[in-house]
Amino acid sequence: MMTAPISRWLRAALLAAGLLAAAGVMAEEEGSSPERNPRDPYERFNRAMFAVNEVMDTYAVRPAARVYDAAAPLPVKMSVGNFFSNVGDLWIGVNNALQGKGGDAGSDLARLLINSTVGIFGLFDVASELGLEHHEEDFGQTLAVWGVGDGGFLFLPILGPRTVRDAAAWGVDYAADPVRIVDPVWVSNSATVLRFVDMRASLLPADRIIDEAAFDRYSYIRDAYLQRRRNLIFDGRPPRLDDDD
Amino acid sequence: MPLPIMKKLLAFIAAACFALPVLAEQAPNELVQQVTDEVLDIVQKDRDIQNGNTARIIEMVDQKVLPHFNFTRMTALAVGKDWRKASPQQQQQLAEQFKTLLVRTYANALTSYRNQKVVYKPFRMKPEDTDVLVRTEIQQPGAKPIGLDYSLERKDGGAWKVYDVTVAGISLVTNYRDQFAQEVRSGGIDGLIASISAKNRSLEAGQAQAKK
Repeated sequence: MMTAPISRWLRAALLAAGLLAAAGVMAEEEGSSPERNPRDPYERFNRAMFAVNEVMDTYAVRPAARVYDAAAPLPVKMSVGNFFSNVGDLWIGVNNALQGKGGDAGSDLARLLINSTVGIFGLFDVASELGLEHHEEDFGQTLAVWGVGDGGFLFLPILGPRTVRDAAAWGVDYAADPVRIVDPVWVSNSATVLRFVDMRASLLPADRIIDEAAFDRYSYIRDAYLQRRRNLIFDGRPPRLDDDD
Repeated sequence: MPLPIMKKLLAFIAAACFALPVLAEQAPNELVQQVTDEVLDIVQKDRDIQNGNTARIIEMVDQKVLPHFNFTRMTALAVGKDWRKASPQQQQQLAEQFKTLLVRTYANALTSYRNQKVVYKPFRMKPEDTDVLVRTEIQQPGAKPIGLDYSLERKDGGAWKVYDVTVAGISLVTNYRDQFAQEVRSGGIDGLIASISAKNRSLEAGQAQAKK
């Protein structure tokens, strides 16, 4: 399992990658071809990072996710998913409150209370059965609601597809993550890895669709991510775009 | 013909005449629900489909689903600005190839249908609406529910047709826009037609391979 220095190193590496994107590459890509996608100003850097991530995914992350998916029986996977979902509900509630959605925030808090108690430390999602819907919120969405622009698409290894705004906001999400402050550190780190593998495993069925449907994997994943984010920011009801944009 | 039977027959014809406009007036959410239920019912009963017989799936999708889709509009949405540069003949070829691509890539998802439940979200529309969104949700044990939304439109009081499908907020149609624009930039409209049909051929070959 990951030890503290490695996780510190990882954080530093991610930060460095972010800074690299912010500084050097931006300058370098300034004023290239007019055909450039306005939503993807750092495309060259992103494609390089995407290639790095594909290698890591092919040889490490996806195999681990496959093993987990095959080895863990469905009830275990459900409980793992529920547990981390429950842990996240507090921060989701905070973000709903910051976005002025008091009703949703209250429902998130109720979910947390119900699932942590009746749902036995969040292993069972009793609140959903009771009709309290799980919301998907994070600080990046809050910033978007506050009117912060997305700053362009950004692809980072491990973190995957983001925008500049959402990558920065991820730092805040990370700081507020209850899993991170768990003591002892090895439990916290194991939990972080488990959550990551569980998340990747949930995306396994999408792999085949992307393989079959995409003409260019990078573009397909980028555009899917940007659409998904837009949908989340507007809570599932984004205004329709014109046929031409 | 004895009178009572005549009467019954007349009543039946009258009922049929009233019923037909009602069928044409079917609300978009009812249409989505009816087609979904029908398709899932077939999938649950058909061993060939469950075993991944692609030809059988495509045949069913062709019969049951595609009549309710407007592929010209879908393709125009996927191609974006370049659509108007295409000749009517190119547009027709594009629509044909794009239809095949969508069917080949997404119909297979039906083979993995097992314990999922489709939930229809509350639907409201005004009688004069011609463009609506029907929202559904796929619920499955051990996974987050996935939103599956259909955009439908009707032209001149005709039947409702689907022109976009959104999975978890991602449009299966407009997600192609940048990739298609890329193809058009490098090889023109004909280049795009050629690359979609090449993709379709390789998918067909791959799926034939997988069956053996």
